[in-house]
Amino acid sequence: MSVNVEPCLDIRGLSAVLPNGQRVLRSVSLSVHPGEVRALVGESGAGKTMIGKAVLGVLPKSVRIVEGEMLIEGEDLGRLDPKARRTLIGARTALIPQDPLTALNPSRRIGAQMIDRLVRILGWNGEKADKRIRQLLDEVQIRDSERVLKSYPHELSGGMRQRVLIAAAFAAEPRLIVADEPTTALDVTVQKQILRLIAQLQRDHGTAILFVTHDLGVVAKISQKVSVLYAGKVVEEAETAALFEAPQHPYTRALMAATPRYTDPYASLKPVDETVLAGLAAEIAAADQAWRPRHD
Amino acid sequence: MTEPLFSVRGLKVALPDMTRKPLIGRAPLAEILKGLDFDLPKGLITGIVGESGSGKSTLGRALVRLLEPSAGAITFEGRDIAHLSEAELRPLRRDLQMIFQDPMSSLNPRHTIFNIIAAPLRQNGLGDRLKERVAEALQRVGLPQSFAARYRHELSGGQRQRVGIARALALSPKFVLADEIVSGLDVSTQAQILTLLEKLAAEMGLTVAFISHDLSVIRRLCQQVIVMREGRIVEAGATDALFDNPKEAYTRDLLAAIPLPEIDPDWLRPKAPA
Repeated sequence: MSVNVEPCLDIRGLSAVLPNGQRVLRSVSLSVHPGEVRALVGESGAGKTMIGKAVLGVLPKSVRIVEGEMLIEGEDLGRLDPKARRTLIGARTALIPQDPLTALNPSRRIGAQMIDRLVRILGWNGEKADKRIRQLLDEVQIRDSERVLKSYPHELSGGMRQRVLIAAAFAAEPRLIVADEPTTALDVTVQKQILRLIAQLQRDHGTAILFVTHDLGVVAKISQKVSVLYAGKVVEEAETAALFEAPQHPYTRALMAATPRYTDPYASLKPVDETVLAGLAAEIAAADQAWRPRHD
Repeated sequence: MTEPLFSVRGLKVALPDMTRKPLIGRAPLAEILKGLDFDLPKGLITGIVGESGSGKSTLGRALVRLLEPSAGAITFEGRDIAHLSEAELRPLRRDLQMIFQDPMSSLNPRHTIFNIIAAPLRQNGLGDRLKERVAEALQRVGLPQSFAARYRHELSGGQRQRVGIARALALSPKFVLADEIVSGLDVSTQAQILTLLEKLAAEMGLTVAFISHDLSVIRRLCQQVIVMREGRIVEAGATDALFDNPKEAYTRDLLAAIPLPEIDPDWLRPKAPA
């Protein structure tokens, strides 16, 4: 990807704090270019979901952004008034969530929910939206789309619900999709199908994806770029192939050694060494010491 | 060949199918386990793997008799326990312990860690020397003694799972059912918990049924494996033999679906039509 192509998503030095002043994002910078999948990988509490939420403008009220910019296709979200910001985010981004059941309204049929979303976001009429939805259900390889459209969420399997949400995410032709652990709750065989679908649609539509996951296996298969996150700080950033070839940061190396591999049981599942954690703590402390928010 | 601690023959379990329950009246029964035969050899860790709906958790619950089977025999130390009454099971409870997936929901939020570990000791007539026994249990799982006074919300996920293990092992059981005990944990914590369980099982000569959806974890920990699908055993055998030379297509599919942390551009390509 040449450098002069404008990124779909550009996050520059983003810091966020909790009401008690504790930093939860530490000068995070990352970008996702058109047609690219960037994985955001880290353990629980690393802040990976929070970055996704910041992009989509749905951070919890307790988290306050104190520094940094987020640009979607060159437009600085911080410079827009709330209404314009919501409109921009709605039109150019979409979310594939971890748990499709909580993302869908349990008391409405799948078809009505999907159509409404397109009508609301893009101002399409119902007929056009209906046509588009059927086209996307076909793309996610749902054969009996008639039945699915008439179903309530609980009547579908987990894999089928995730297909529906992938269709919904791509239907409005967003430029950027935030995929937040979209396969974590699924069985491995279903996970593989869903990852395949996401990759296929991503290529066909040229969409940029910020792919949040805790699983380095998924990172290796789905992404071209990767940011490794620890305690709200990007500790390593690389092309995915390069990261697996030669991980630079001790934490990345430890995470790789901890990830289970059935092909190599005794070289994997290694507990993270105390010295690595001590090193990380020192790195975070040093970064916090040096950090002065530009405005407070 | 080690003699089995458990010998299971023709095990069937049927449970009410709530999705088909009429508004008034009983739900019809659905057969979850459809006739299983296997042994759990003494002192070994047996992995039970399957996807959701395979019946692996139901199997675990039948082994420790949280469920009564609808047919078949569960022979534990030479005695069929499949249809024992609650009163008859009581003296066996101490020998059949379990650790669950989510320590957050299986630890009482209003009790201190001391009381959580002490409760089963009291119930099983080991109420003497309580302090000593709880201290020993904490030490065994590598938690500081000060944790006895804490509550579950003050603990990390890994620490909570250590408490779960401490509680189960405090009774010096013969058998431990571990149901998805590392599923909710970060990989770095997973590794610690597995290493701990492996060490304690060897030290205490435990027989363990380790239920998991994760074949990589099973290969690392277990000496034998049972692969389940839709209430039946697909394939079973010694771990290395099963992984190196899986006989059934389903086992091969399961292995092929695991995304290994290594670059493989072909992995996501759709299968060529047969």
